[in-house]
Amino acid sequence: MKTRSTFFRKTKDSLMRAFSGFATSMALVLMAWVIFTIVREGHSSISAELFLNASKPFGEVGGGIANALLGTVMITAGAAALALPPALAAGIWLAEFGKDSLLARAARFTVNVMMGVPSVIVGLFAYGVLVTTTGHFSGFAGSFALAILMFPVVVRTTEDQFSGIGDALRESLLALGASRARSTLTVIWRAARSGVVTGVLLAVARVSGETAPLLFTALFADTWPTSYFSGPTPSAPVLITSYTMDSPFESMHRIGWSAALAMAVILLAVNITARYFGAKRAAKRK
Amino acid sequence: MQKKKNKIETKRLNFFYGDHQALFDNDLSIEANKITAVIGPSGCGKSTHLRVYNRIFELHRGQRAEGEVFIDGKDILDPGIDLLDLRRRVGMIFQKPTPFPMSVFDNVAYPIRLHFKASQKEIAERVENALRGAALWDEVKDKLRESGQALSGGQQQRLCIARAIAAEPEILLMDEPTSAIDPVGTLKIEELMDRLRERFTIVIVTHNMQQASRISDTTAFFYKGSIVEVGPTKLIFTNPRNKLTEDYVSGRFG
Ligand SMILES: Nc1ncnc2c1ncn2[C@@H]1O[C@H](COP(=O)(O)OP(=O)(O)OP(=O)(O)O)[C@@H](O)[C@H]1O
Ligand SMILES: [Mg+2]
Repeated sequence: MKTRSTFFRKTKDSLMRAFSGFATSMALVLMAWVIFTIVREGHSSISAELFLNASKPFGEVGGGIANALLGTVMITAGAAALALPPALAAGIWLAEFGKDSLLARAARFTVNVMMGVPSVIVGLFAYGVLVTTTGHFSGFAGSFALAILMFPVVVRTTEDQFSGIGDALRESLLALGASRARSTLTVIWRAARSGVVTGVLLAVARVSGETAPLLFTALFADTWPTSYFSGPTPSAPVLITSYTMDSPFESMHRIGWSAALAMAVILLAVNITARYFGAKRAAKRK
Repeated sequence: MQKKKNKIETKRLNFFYGDHQALFDNDLSIEANKITAVIGPSGCGKSTHLRVYNRIFELHRGQRAEGEVFIDGKDILDPGIDLLDLRRRVGMIFQKPTPFPMSVFDNVAYPIRLHFKASQKEIAERVENALRGAALWDEVKDKLRESGQALSGGQQQRLCIARAIAAEPEILLMDEPTSAIDPVGTLKIEELMDRLRERFTIVIVTHNMQQASRISDTTAFFYKGSIVEVGPTKLIFTNPRNKLTEDYVSGRFG
């Protein structure tokens, strides 16, 4: 029998390599481009005042972004407080108890669907149930919207981390006379913890930059976020959008870019922290 | 009626993985304070049989046991039995060591905190006793605060034995406890088992014929889910009654 020519396979192999090398460098170049642009546009108006003062009303010169950063922290923390307890519980339940049961499969399907819902729709939903009903925008409504976006992501990572733990550990816990609940909450949780923390940090970082849902819910305010539950609450993503897009004033454009730079630095720090936990986990696996 | 000296008495035990039957009418008596070796070719049901004694199989959906397994005269397959107490009394060592992701000390303290009301001082004493009992104390006494997962494979297995002992069980089930351990570590564990027999009833699954003949008092030979022959280890290895047993112990198949 004649052997097939290896020419095409070899060519395909080299093309594949060239392509993936190219794609990888493209990603790096893009990343560098983004960072370069933000730094170039944003660095000039970085100052201590920017991080100490609240923003000023439209058109007034000066003012900072501190209120928006604080608002983002509050809205994101509120979202985490709303989403994490049920999401962690659901993820653990799916991995440890639900497994292949009908309810678990239905829950998994729902979570997958939730993950695909556009954030603008989630924002509109939060607007419908929390803003029109109460008659006012609020930071809390923003947290609610972000919590809905965070929930499915955290359920998934938690389930993945817990089901990644072999049954050997579970069996040796049960064999000592520990109950399922106790072994899950003590030892299995410890084994899964660093992976879950990584996933949660990435999910938090991800939603903290969401803008669309906040336009429907928290809106914006040139004040400190004192009325988190009852009134418009400033946030960094909305400040960036409105200062750079809706304003004719060059000084506001500058502040918008600076806020973007601040956001990028903070999120980079969160990502590095998340990787650190992830790396610790990888080291432990060895 | 069961004879007094039998710690475990299995009667017509059948086991199913879903529709697949893995054990057929197993009858087996296990004497107290003796080491019983369970041998047989791969897939013959040794692990399956062992995993009934502490009902650990119930973690998995679709697995079920039928028949009777008396421990101290009480049928442990009875649904009304206190499962957590059963598992405290029947410890298990697995093929692969499973140290918990915590310190050496906390690994051994885990079952103590779980089952006993003990002061910090009592816990420390019991941890030391268990580690001594598992012939590990001298090697780890200076690293009690270090992770249990940082020990060598053989040390990890002895840590698991210490952890099992710390629950103060009466029976120790060991499923190929040395098959993932180097020869030196294996020797240490075998010496240890010889001392443990005074305090515990031990059932060990092993593929190592030398190991079975060196350490066990009684040997049970399993084949395709049935118990073909049970008897004093010497007899099984020198003068088995059954042709299958003879072929297996002499290494003609496996
Ligand atoms: N989780 C499972 N699901 C379905 N069948 C199983 C499962 N575990 C074991 N079996 C089957 O049950 C039979 C007995 O398996 P078991 O693990 O008890 O054998 P063993 O004697 O311990 O073998 P080995 O020496 O390889 O450990 C085998 O036919 C095996 O395929
Ligand atoms: Mg086995």
